[in-house]
Amino acid sequence: MDAVLSLRPLLAILVSLGAAVLIIACGRRPNLREGWTLLASLLKFGLVASMVPWVLQGRSVEWALPALAPGVALALRVDAAGLLFALSASFLWILTSFYSIGYMRGAHERHQTRFFALLALCLSATMGIAFAANLLTFFLFYEILSFATYFLVVHKGTAKAISSGRKYLAFALLGGLSLLVAVVWTAVLQQGAIDFRPGGFLDAAIGRGTLQALFALFALGFGVKAGVMPLHSWLPAAMVAPTPVSALLHAVAVVKAGVFGFVRLIGFIFGPELLHQTGLFIILAWTAGATIVLASLLAMRQDDLKARLAYSTVGHLSYIVLATALLTPTALLGGAFHIVTHAAMKITLFFCAGAIYVHTGLTRVSQLDGLGRRMPVTMGAFAIGAIGLAGIPGTAGFVSKLLIARGTLEAGQPVFLGILLLSGLLNAGYLFPVVTRAFFRDGPAAGGKGCDEASWLMVGALVVTGGLSLLLGLYPDGLFHFFSVAGRAAGAIVAGGAP
Amino acid sequence: MTHLPAILPVTLLIGALLSLLAGLWRPRAGHFVAVAASAVAAAAALLAVAAVLRHGEIRYAMGNWPPPLGIEYVLDTLSAYLIAIITVIGLLVMIYAGRSLTLEVPRRKVFVSPAMLMLLAGLVGMTVTADAFNLYVFLEIASLAAYALLSVGDRPAPLAALRYLIIGSVAGSFYLLGVGFLYFATGTLNMADLAARLPELYHTRAVIAGAVLIIAGLGLKMALFPLHLWLPDVYTFGASSVTGLIAPLMTKVAAYALIRLVIGVFSPAFFTETLPFAPVIAWMAAGGIVFGSAMAVAQTDVRRMLAYSSVSQIAFIALGLGLANKLALIGGLLHILNHAVMKACLFLAVGGVRARTGLVDVRRWRGLGWRAPWTMAAFTVAALAMIGVPPTAGFFSKWYLLLGSVAAGAWVFVVVIVASSVLTAIYFFKVIELVYDDPPGKDKGEQAPGPEPEVLAAGDPPASMLLPILALAVLVLLAGVFNAWIVTHLLEPAVRPLAS
Repeated sequence: MDAVLSLRPLLAILVSLGAAVLIIACGRRPNLREGWTLLASLLKFGLVASMVPWVLQGRSVEWALPALAPGVALALRVDAAGLLFALSASFLWILTSFYSIGYMRGAHERHQTRFFALLALCLSATMGIAFAANLLTFFLFYEILSFATYFLVVHKGTAKAISSGRKYLAFALLGGLSLLVAVVWTAVLQQGAIDFRPGGFLDAAIGRGTLQALFALFALGFGVKAGVMPLHSWLPAAMVAPTPVSALLHAVAVVKAGVFGFVRLIGFIFGPELLHQTGLFIILAWTAGATIVLASLLAMRQDDLKARLAYSTVGHLSYIVLATALLTPTALLGGAFHIVTHAAMKITLFFCAGAIYVHTGLTRVSQLDGLGRRMPVTMGAFAIGAIGLAGIPGTAGFVSKLLIARGTLEAGQPVFLGILLLSGLLNAGYLFPVVTRAFFRDGPAAGGKGCDEASWLMVGALVVTGGLSLLLGLYPDGLFHFFSVAGRAAGAIVAGGAP
Repeated sequence: MTHLPAILPVTLLIGALLSLLAGLWRPRAGHFVAVAASAVAAAAALLAVAAVLRHGEIRYAMGNWPPPLGIEYVLDTLSAYLIAIITVIGLLVMIYAGRSLTLEVPRRKVFVSPAMLMLLAGLVGMTVTADAFNLYVFLEIASLAAYALLSVGDRPAPLAALRYLIIGSVAGSFYLLGVGFLYFATGTLNMADLAARLPELYHTRAVIAGAVLIIAGLGLKMALFPLHLWLPDVYTFGASSVTGLIAPLMTKVAAYALIRLVIGVFSPAFFTETLPFAPVIAWMAAGGIVFGSAMAVAQTDVRRMLAYSSVSQIAFIALGLGLANKLALIGGLLHILNHAVMKACLFLAVGGVRARTGLVDVRRWRGLGWRAPWTMAAFTVAALAMIGVPPTAGFFSKWYLLLGSVAAGAWVFVVVIVASSVLTAIYFFKVIELVYDDPPGKDKGEQAPGPEPEVLAAGDPPASMLLPILALAVLVLLAGVFNAWIVTHLLEPAVRPLAS
């Protein structure tokens, strides 16, 4: 593959790291401080987006730094899969930045300097994960993300936040250490050659038993972040964090880092061929399938709106894991595209939940009767996100789900098609009641003043993300070539795996 | 340049004397001399690293007596590396000690800074000497200085120091006796000479007895589990600057001496085959790693928590030696630097908190992170490094140790290292979640205990204490990011005798 040497991937990582320092330095002047956040998010997205043309030409963007350990460099390489992840995370960071300003000020949250600095740090780590060219670099950023997020989970400082933080940390440690052992083991087996390669770099001569153990360790490491059951329970608990964190990190950056880990694991470490030989993918696929159904069922029972959305996230992450595990071209494309579409839809829903909380103090689904009359724009955006997640044609969710569904048939696994259809119904079952309650029932949430929305910063952000989830459904490639990049990502894995 | 091996310990010894004289005249002058002397030593040490990298090892015959008869000093990459650690940390702690000693033990300050220099001189001497008996002399200089230093502090400190003195003297005697056996068998004390003469005598009882005694003596000095019993008390009750100096350095230099003797004097083969002590040390280390971490979880006094954590961390170094392969030993040697920097940072940060609040019970630290933000930020960075979060220093020593364990097929030690990371996370996050806890208070409907009055009045310590703490926190990050350079240039030459 043709490679471009460029500093841009490194700059994309550093820009928010620098912003974190400036944010701390300007902690006493909130407007200037938030200025840095906005500037960094725009710059970061510009840098990431500027690499799209190269990747669409089939070239990768590389930059290597001095060695991280002897023989293993701190190396960055932007390929289609990484770019897709970085593009969605950095674009949504811009919107989240605007949204956070409205949210944090509206909710009178304390320690806002720490919040904005950590959020910037998390985005740096996310870019690092997306662009890591080898396992050690990947692991480095993965752990930074884990530990930086901890401080965001415990942000509120309440007893509930602290206990959720412990739960989060226990799972993060479990996953991190499991991944560490897997990385070390791979490094020993490969004698330090741990660069990701389309189609995988592991040697089939390693032996079936060792490969299976290695796969289990990796899957445990990524499964925690991706919320694959039974490793999911930290995610609903982490909803205690401020809503922008739930929206950006726990629907997009952190959890997708786990899913992205699976993409790297299946497409770039093991490779489709080796996985077929060892027969491991089918276990992963079934686990993901079970997670999809169970999470949707659990979501129905949640009255807390954010918890309901969290379970929904658990389910949708497993869509992508399932699609990746199916290993067919269409499924991979659908899975890769679902990274983007789910991000757009779910962040919309979280933005709405946060706007409702800040503006009215309501957190439970059962309290929302009549809210559509008071906050029509917010609830309208929520409705768009909801029909998207359910996979109604014309929305973004339809496109990615259709592709995954075709992939199940390609793989000769029609059972999973059944799971997908069932889950689509369940999605509608737990999300539509929120919309119908808000618009078609009368209740105290309607207020008496007619239309009365939250701060324009928040409403603006959620309107844009809501619009994005429609746009991606109507014109999948209309914005930043998301669809083409996803196609390239899927193509690289399949092509690399072919003998 | 060629005199560097001698200049290093001599500067510190003369500095100790001058510092005492100046201190008797004006206490402030005494401390100023001490800082100046350690600054000179640190500069010389960095120069030594540069010189060794450029020209190769520097051998120096003391008083121009040719070895093996005379005492020889050797600066190679490994000893230069260690001396740089000792003197740079020594300098930072010395700067810190100015205010800290005034606050904690004002009347003894005049004697403490010269004794700290003596300690540094002893440690540097132990590192640079290539003579087994001379090593004993410097070991005793360092130990005597440490006994004196550790008796200064809280009320139980003299008793703890007395116990340390007794155990330490036993350890010193073991070592001396061991060297005596080797001398008896070979007729030489020079390390290179010993290494040449020993192989044909490997199976003689004198050599085996000597080796066992040396390992036992140094094992006690480095507090290798289960020989660690002296350690927790002395680290708990000493003055902050003193523990901040002794905890990061003293046990490490003993570990270095052990590694040096095992690899440089006896051969790795002797250690793994003739007298298979390597697995014994590895298992002792594994015990220490788990035991130390588990005990640290149970502590409420932050200093005792750090002391038990030292028991476990020193065992990481021993594990590197015990596994006896290149990667693991690199991990162990790298951990000498990493743990020295991390632990110095932690002990000094605790001293900073003590200076402002007098609190050492972590349960009362609630909300401290918002009142002493820089101190606790440094503490948090060092704590994350102890857990082994990349890209801090602590991650990379674990990385090499894990590589070494997996390469050796020793999965037990993989489990031990992982378990210790979990335990370390538990005891440090217990502190971290408390210091960054800032409950909204009762008016917002939350019934939670608020910060203690001492914490509410707290702040970061004065600049002369805060800057060394922050410098160490930065070093924790730099040592991690630049570990590849350290490993390739300084450590790999030292582990060449080992099998990969």
